[in-house]
Amino acid sequence: MSTLEKPTRADESNLSPLPDACGHFGRYGGKFVPETLMAALAELETVYLQAKTDPSFESEMRGYLRHYVGRPTPLYFARRLTEHLGGARIYLKREDLCHTGAHKINNTLGQILLACRMGKSRVIAETGAGQHGVATATVAARFGLACEVYMGTEDMRRQALNVVRMRLLGAKVTPVESGSRTLKDAINEAMRDWVTNVETTHYVLGSVLGAHPYPMMVRDFQSIIGREARAQILELEGRLPDYLVACVGGGSNSIGLFYDFLHEPAVRMIGVEAAGLGIESGRHAARFASGELGVLHGTLSFILQDGDGQIRPTHSVSAGLDYPSVGPEHSYYRDRGRIDFVSATDAEALEAFQLLSQLEGLIPALESAHAIAYVKKLAPTLGKDQIVAVNLSGRGDKDVEVVAELLKPLTPNS
Amino acid sequence: MNRIDERFRKLRESGERALMPYLTAGDPDLLTTRALILECEEQGADLIEIGVPFSDPLADGVTIQRASQRALQGGTTLTRILEMVSDLRAECQLPLLLMSYVNPIFHFGFTRFANEAAAAGVDGLIVPDLPPEEATELIEAAAAHNLHTIFLIAPTSRPERVRTIAAASKGFIYYVSLRGVTGVRSRLSDDLEASLRMIRAETDLPLAVGFGISTPEQVRRVATVADGVIVGSAIVSLLEQTAGQPDQLKRAGDFIASLKVATKK
Repeated sequence: MSTLEKPTRADESNLSPLPDACGHFGRYGGKFVPETLMAALAELETVYLQAKTDPSFESEMRGYLRHYVGRPTPLYFARRLTEHLGGARIYLKREDLCHTGAHKINNTLGQILLACRMGKSRVIAETGAGQHGVATATVAARFGLACEVYMGTEDMRRQALNVVRMRLLGAKVTPVESGSRTLKDAINEAMRDWVTNVETTHYVLGSVLGAHPYPMMVRDFQSIIGREARAQILELEGRLPDYLVACVGGGSNSIGLFYDFLHEPAVRMIGVEAAGLGIESGRHAARFASGELGVLHGTLSFILQDGDGQIRPTHSVSAGLDYPSVGPEHSYYRDRGRIDFVSATDAEALEAFQLLSQLEGLIPALESAHAIAYVKKLAPTLGKDQIVAVNLSGRGDKDVEVVAELLKPLTPNS
Repeated sequence: MNRIDERFRKLRESGERALMPYLTAGDPDLLTTRALILECEEQGADLIEIGVPFSDPLADGVTIQRASQRALQGGTTLTRILEMVSDLRAECQLPLLLMSYVNPIFHFGFTRFANEAAAAGVDGLIVPDLPPEEATELIEAAAAHNLHTIFLIAPTSRPERVRTIAAASKGFIYYVSLRGVTGVRSRLSDDLEASLRMIRAETDLPLAVGFGISTPEQVRRVATVADGVIVGSAIVSLLEQTAGQPDQLKRAGDFIASLKVATKK
């Protein structure tokens, strides 16, 4: 049976694997960074490619993923949500159960093991929702590395709990006041730090963004999500899902789920971007809805920009989706029609946030709530024999304060 | 002949080093930038680097970040910068270089950008986040108009990379004197001479050094080993401090003159 065959490559046309040696996914990707960083990127690529074929690295990863992160995460049948929506059977990939509460640690663990191999004594990271910052601070503490996390002050305000967590873990959290004071600006500042301290420091980039080899490497570390989900759904249902759904900020949780299924034409994949206050309002982070080709933070992809090539401010209720660019591999598969992109507004995400909390006892991260919001529309249009697997990429404890604030005007007795 | 080559040839003959001031275009408006370029020429500058403001200048420190913000708030665009250069060309004989992050010129279109920049009278292009590997289209478009593409070498660049960069560069090579972003520093790197020696073994192109150079003393030291010295943040910072003051242009001019003296033996 073809669905049981082990995939050899992700590209469904079975040509050469992506990206190419220069980090290109078709016309996307590449290495657009100041020269000072080129040597560090080359070293990282060499060390990563060596580690990838080194059985001792693989067994080290496997050990930590199992005993420290808590993998495999369950694939959970959301019975009440399924019944409520009255259509397809909905499964949730429970990345919210990973140590630190989101999928981010799959990548930080891999990168910090590489940092140790490279002899770096310090790691830095950017963070939006704070989940990647917490995951980096956590693994840095475990391996005794100094850690500094850059975070926009707007994000520090709306994800205050995660700021406290990072500091408790021994990380230095550096506020970023420039630009829109969100994820994009935190990446600028992290890159400025890296360019200054590149000899001693590894930059733990948190998504499938940035210059090669980051989009490839972060994808590979996150692809365990889809490999597990494939085995689990085959065990539970005896077949592959009809739809995979995941939210897309930079794109690491979505490519992590999708990657192992890219060569399965029967499996449809949908990425959900943040529509903020609505696409027509201009205040959103839906790159595929109104973005154009451009270069930001080292990679060529779809970008929200103005007519002069200046990066446009974005908006989303979810800090983790509030970013003007998207992973280059997503752009590549979008052009080929392999991954479809839709969007969900702040209001739809908030509604889904409450729905999942009340029906399943699962408080999702606001990021993941965007994926649930789309499933709410999709599932009722499908037959009861169809299967939708959604990535529940993180848990929503960090968002409780923001949500309480937003729901206040709606609650009569408050 | 490209004005950049001509200038370096003349300087070599007279045993002088080039002084290359950097100005963020449109900080606080393009009329001021235009006047400053002419003042720089008057005070002995040899080439001018005109910075195209970008919303996310990740190779720049706070001084140029703030200048870029002011310029963008004032409505500065690439099109308007090219118009300013074109208008200035009749009065200014200096080689003019545009320094831009890649996205504004990618968005403009590399070929259209090279056409319009050359037509406006620009002589060279510096794109700090565009390494030679990704620059084929821009290099070809620029070469068609005898517009020089200048690439950067960093302290972390190894000899084989220096060869790649030198092969892609025309006019001169921009050596980044330190690991870090632009901005005033109290001391220069100790390995500058050794690095320039290593680069000279690979190329005959003139070497200009930038990042962190802010005083006549520092210019004098760099001028003993390099063919050109780039000063950016110190000038931009002076402009910030003297913003709105009637003697701003004169104070900037005096500073440029003091830097130029330091490039002579």
